[in-house]
Amino acid sequence: MSLLVIGVGNRDRGDDGAGREVARRLREQGVVGARVTECRGDAAELLEALSGADRVIVVDAALSGAHPGTVLRIEAHQEPLPQALRSASSHGWGVAEAVELARALGRLPQSVVVYAIEGPCFHPGPDLSPAVRQAVERVTRRVRQEIERTPGPRRAGADVA
Amino acid sequence: MSASDSRRTIRVDALARVEGEGALLVRLRDGRVTDVQLRIYEPPRFFEALLRGRLYSEAPDITARICGICPVAYQMSAVHALEAALGVVVDAPTRALRRLLYCGEWIESHVLHVAMLHAPDFLGYESALHMVPEHRDLVELALAMKKTGNDLVALVGGREIHPINVRVGGFYKVPEKRALRALVERLERAREGARRLVALVGGFSFPEFEADYEFVALRHPDEYPMNQGRLTSSRGLDAAVSDYEEHFVEEHAPHSNALQSILRRRGAYHVGPLARYSLNFDRLSEGARDAARSAGLGPVCRNPFRSIVVRSVETLFAIEEALRLIGEYEPPDHPQARVEVHAGTGHGCTEAPRGLLYHRYQLDANGLILAAKIVPPTAQNQRSIEDDLRQLVPQSLDLPDDKLQWRCEQAIRNYDPCISCATHFLKLTLERT
Repeated sequence: MSLLVIGVGNRDRGDDGAGREVARRLREQGVVGARVTECRGDAAELLEALSGADRVIVVDAALSGAHPGTVLRIEAHQEPLPQALRSASSHGWGVAEAVELARALGRLPQSVVVYAIEGPCFHPGPDLSPAVRQAVERVTRRVRQEIERTPGPRRAGADVA
Repeated sequence: MSASDSRRTIRVDALARVEGEGALLVRLRDGRVTDVQLRIYEPPRFFEALLRGRLYSEAPDITARICGICPVAYQMSAVHALEAALGVVVDAPTRALRRLLYCGEWIESHVLHVAMLHAPDFLGYESALHMVPEHRDLVELALAMKKTGNDLVALVGGREIHPINVRVGGFYKVPEKRALRALVERLERAREGARRLVALVGGFSFPEFEADYEFVALRHPDEYPMNQGRLTSSRGLDAAVSDYEEHFVEEHAPHSNALQSILRRRGAYHVGPLARYSLNFDRLSEGARDAARSAGLGPVCRNPFRSIVVRSVETLFAIEEALRLIGEYEPPDHPQARVEVHAGTGHGCTEAPRGLLYHRYQLDANGLILAAKIVPPTAQNQRSIEDDLRQLVPQSLDLPDDKLQWRCEQAIRNYDPCISCATHFLKLTLERT
């Protein structure tokens, strides 16, 4: 069973880079049993990525008004993503749209888990807010645990896309 | 508020299906448009400042990050400008390979806009997602075509988003013949898809609307323009790329973070598919010209709503051109030309999917960037978008507010505005007083 982790966001827009940072850390630490990739958030690109594995974990930033650093875990194969997550992408076409389009086209993988990290600051620049940096650490740990729990063949070394 | 009242206000807080963030304000008094302001509120990009002090060779990769949709365009304008500054001339195979890379970007960018962002306007859906139950074929077709464009960019550019294989003087690594040939079958399928797409969008109904634009695009002696050519316009402009700033100036509009470009002494002008097509119809492939005619287009198109058809025709052209370039491909003997660093200034203009993209760099003797200037297509079209709305709104006053708002948004999307590149966009406010 193939497992793919996708970190979504823009590294040049503050906390929008949270998902990408999780992916970067996972790769840096080395991951066995999953591919780890990064993506800017274009829905067509994400849709393509979603079709590429049986199980997918997406990590994205969110701007829903929740407390900075709040982490939501949503099993998107079972329920639509909340409306609040649809505005985080400046391209108006992000993770939620890609997931819903995949669902409508019958292309949704067996499992899609979305981690959304609430970020207060999306201004230009590479820095994450302190609360988001802590959340990134927590999410990196939790995603690693999920990878370890996922059944399937274990490959040696990170398969870096 | 009804259409018969003398005062009307329509407000849209976030215009969807454009790349970036921004707002539009339209004020009406007694059926007359008194004010149109395209407001751009995304913080300005500091790329021009960021480039100062960096080495010339970093500019293609830094500027590629300005846009996730058209990074190739930024890389292409950057390398042409820097090569002009350093007196570098690339060989014919390298030039052809760059054109092939650009074809890939045109395909992915145009297909995304035509089918996923603009078609919902014509078919009456909120988004591509809502189109799926009744237009699944169109959505599937577009996704497959876009994937082919992505794969072409990934193969020549090194990866899909923000290609890393482009450098001043050529490429880091050139693809093998065999790898490119492997794309032929899928490109042939995409060509069939593009023909269907042209016919399909050609059958949409279009508002009766024409504008007296001054079209501006590159023109090349024998090619439909992408990487090279002279700056030409429908009112007689014919200038070298290095003279760009003699003819075009940027003005700061108080309501917008983005600078607005105007033609000196003439004002607004129009760049992008409509301009390219209308100034270069004779340079299109025969297949693309035939498809255009069958879809009801003449050699010049002044109805911006029909830009969706022109984009589809350009998609077909880019696919045919990619097939031609792959058929003739011979890997360059040297992936990159020799680059000798010295002080200098260079200018580059290429045709991004959304239109003319200008770069200028000034280098010191060590190749460090002293000054950079980047003028993206959406900044150049800003005035044209406002002018269209000034003309369109009075013609559409009989529409109820929600329909009028829809029409305005559709008119803005005619430009496939990339507001993150131009710095920026969209909220829509319509005030009728």
